[in-house]
Amino acid sequence: MSSATDPDAFTGATPDNALRDADRAAGPMLAADGTPLKRSLNRALRAQKLRALGLIAPLLLFIIITFIAPIADMLFRSVENDIVSQTLPRTVVALEDWNGEGAPDEETFRALGADLVVAAELKNHTRLGSRLNYETVGMSSLFRQSGRDVDDIGEVYADQFIVLSEAWEEPATWVALMADPDWVAEQSEWAAQEDPIGPEPAFALSEQAQEALPRTARSYAQFAQIIQSEDEDSPTEEEPWNIVYQALYEDLSQGYVTGIYSGELAQLLDNAASAVGGFEQMSVRDFFLEEVDDDWADPEVWGTIKAFSSPYTAGYFLSSVDMQLTPQGIESQPEDQQIYMLLFQRTMFMSLTIMFSCILLGYPIAFLLSNLPLRTSNLLLILVLLPFWTSLLVRTSAWKVLLQQEGVINDILVWIGLIGDGSRLQLINNQTGTIIAMTHILLPFMILPLYSVMKTIPPHYVRAAKSLGATPWTAFWRVYFPQSVPGIGAGSILVFILSIGYYITPEIVGGTTGTFISNRIAYHISSSLNWGLAAALGSILLALVLVLYYLYDRIVGIDNVSLG
Amino acid sequence: MKLKTTLLASAALCVATGAVAQEQASESPVAGEPMADEMTIVSWGGAYQDSQLKAYVEPYLEMNPDVSVTWDESSAEAVAQLRAMSEANNMTWDLVDVTAADAMRLCDEGLAMEVDIDDLAAPAPDGTPASEDFGDEMLVSDCFIPQIAYSYTFGYRNDVAEWDGETPTEICDIFDTETFPGQRSLEKRPHNNLEWALMCDGVPQDEIYETLETDEGVDRALAKLDEIKDQTVWWTSGADTPQLLADGEIVMGSSYNGRLFSLIVEQDQPVSMMWDAQSYDLDGWIIPEGLSDEEENRVRDFLWFATDTQRLADQAKYISYGPARASSAPMVGEHAELGVDMAPHMPTNPDNASNAFVQNYEWWADYRDDLDSRFQAWLAQ
Repeated sequence: MSSATDPDAFTGATPDNALRDADRAAGPMLAADGTPLKRSLNRALRAQKLRALGLIAPLLLFIIITFIAPIADMLFRSVENDIVSQTLPRTVVALEDWNGEGAPDEETFRALGADLVVAAELKNHTRLGSRLNYETVGMSSLFRQSGRDVDDIGEVYADQFIVLSEAWEEPATWVALMADPDWVAEQSEWAAQEDPIGPEPAFALSEQAQEALPRTARSYAQFAQIIQSEDEDSPTEEEPWNIVYQALYEDLSQGYVTGIYSGELAQLLDNAASAVGGFEQMSVRDFFLEEVDDDWADPEVWGTIKAFSSPYTAGYFLSSVDMQLTPQGIESQPEDQQIYMLLFQRTMFMSLTIMFSCILLGYPIAFLLSNLPLRTSNLLLILVLLPFWTSLLVRTSAWKVLLQQEGVINDILVWIGLIGDGSRLQLINNQTGTIIAMTHILLPFMILPLYSVMKTIPPHYVRAAKSLGATPWTAFWRVYFPQSVPGIGAGSILVFILSIGYYITPEIVGGTTGTFISNRIAYHISSSLNWGLAAALGSILLALVLVLYYLYDRIVGIDNVSLG
Repeated sequence: MKLKTTLLASAALCVATGAVAQEQASESPVAGEPMADEMTIVSWGGAYQDSQLKAYVEPYLEMNPDVSVTWDESSAEAVAQLRAMSEANNMTWDLVDVTAADAMRLCDEGLAMEVDIDDLAAPAPDGTPASEDFGDEMLVSDCFIPQIAYSYTFGYRNDVAEWDGETPTEICDIFDTETFPGQRSLEKRPHNNLEWALMCDGVPQDEIYETLETDEGVDRALAKLDEIKDQTVWWTSGADTPQLLADGEIVMGSSYNGRLFSLIVEQDQPVSMMWDAQSYDLDGWIIPEGLSDEEENRVRDFLWFATDTQRLADQAKYISYGPARASSAPMVGEHAELGVDMAPHMPTNPDNASNAFVQNYEWWADYRDDLDSRFQAWLAQ
């Protein structure tokens, strides 16, 4: 397809060819001081770029710290879900083998018991309950209730161990069994000080304990850590929780290997190991099902824990498009709970309507403003700006007074006999109300860019068109209007993006059919505390705006937008 | 229903005995310990905050002239703000006034401090420990320090010509659009509305929550509400219903009884109360988690004074909410400025409380998220 107009077809001296020839030349082009021109140019430019960067750095940092980072952090919550695996680490592992039918086995309930005791000490269990209650009704009270009862798990074994030997009651025995010898040395050194400086050294487990009694070691370490951090007490002075005895029983009754410890401790452990066979037993599973709450027998409860056990979840995003993550997989929400898709559509539709009403109302005003003598137009401009300087709430409440059924507009309509007293118009607490109030509030954002663009359109273009025989309409439509399109573009983007995230006006005048998705986001942030769902809804809204912006750029062209 | 009986008993006492002499405040258990000199108290603003200011904040500041109090009127967003502050590790509030349901949520989230009410609040003048004086029905959460009982109830315009002299006397009149035509207003959330709807659909009061646990029960309640959905304005702020009533925009609507009291008594509007099936709710303090020892001591010292029998009774001079202590009820007297006897305007007055019910907080904590999305979807249809 090489033709005469193809740049490569030219062989004469053109700027392009000169550059190409320079590239092809044997040596690089040199600057006056002998360094290659490219490098010297780069160096000169780099200094300039750095200086420019230095100048904008404070603002850039400010924006990153106060704007981009918090937004990113908030949006990250839409997938973050580590609360389940952090609060119930053992249970999540134990549930991996559960087949989804019936309540899980004793092992899983033991894991749950061990996790819940720690969670209840740290008061994390109710937070987890609230989190899971977003997915399944009743989780909130189930966890609150369970947290109160779990202290009793292992009490049977604690009593029996202590009957077996009183040494089991002694904090010293436990420290000897569990603690790392280095820690014991450090701790006694710390305790020997007359006026101990700083907190007690953090508890450390011995390797022996982890090898011989893995579960007990894990439970005891958590006990010691919480005693130190939450109660500011010392494991050397506190008898462990019942759940530690439960773990000891489990370790001793399931393949205890003798010979890791020596001396008195070995004797104590060996005695206990041979006695546990005859202990009165307590099933943790039965305890949960019978004493705590029979909801623990519900596979739905366990399925929810399992479905939300991974540290990241798509659950919030699914909820925000009226789907849900269930133990059986992804399903759509029951029809009577579907609301978000409707709200997204409504937000889009109403924002577009508001944008078009702003164009319709704003264009003539801007046209008038830009064609009047300066003094008059300045006065009118103040009238445009005046509502802009009035509080948003005041303007919205004023609309309430005007639009309500016993309000000014209806009263006037009834008075002039346009409508009957019994059939007053419903102008507020619905979509009409939101559209009227928001169009008014956002109108300056349309007028100002339009005005500043129209100001720059030379009036003699239209005069020229007319002198060449165009009718006033043709002159306007073919000559004036196309030059004002960048103003419409700028105004539309401003109005549309502002209205898509509007919150307070729809809340006050929108009733039930005139509210936006932002009202739901606000509800989840401030009332239901479901920040994950709010973040997911917000992310979708942000993505929608970006997609629309992209489409706008493709169709209208972002270069066609001008603020004057 | 035990709350009802306790409240009734105390209110009856109140009618019988009238005001008793001012009770001197006892010294708090933390007196003498180092305390912060500044305290940020969060409350609801408006008439309610004024009642707190006059009943115990000003008297406390008179007793402790070095202390300064900053008010923050953010109780409506307290839950979200407390979480944000706790995540930022920057707790700037010392004491927060919240509803019982919010106190429960804050407690669950670990944002409010668990307290032992007997360590924190003075015993009644006759020596009854605070825990008994408040009673289990008031102490709905481990973090909650109750102050007042208020109620959601109905106000109606008493000058509607179309009603032919009839006035609504019972809750089901709300759903009777033939005898009582006109717009209504209800709160834009499921609480109370579902309960009232079921009551008027023939469900006995003690089976309401059980019924609402099933899908059919919720359908029933929503179907009942469908009857008036087209004639209902849904409010989100407590000021809405009084304004709508005053403008004649609606003929009847639900609101907090204190708001209706000021509309009727203080602003003298042609509006009356319909107390039938009023729904009790509680309001009180929580102490945020994460205060320093000095700050906590100051808060404890203040609370010991502010929640004692006399102070809670004083609060009822300024606003028509029932004091949370049984021992305060007999001391409730007249409105401080208007001179009206407050007893007939208390939600706990026996005449008003005959068919009252108490919101089941624990139940709502479980079902709130689910029912709210159903309710909002129903509204949006």
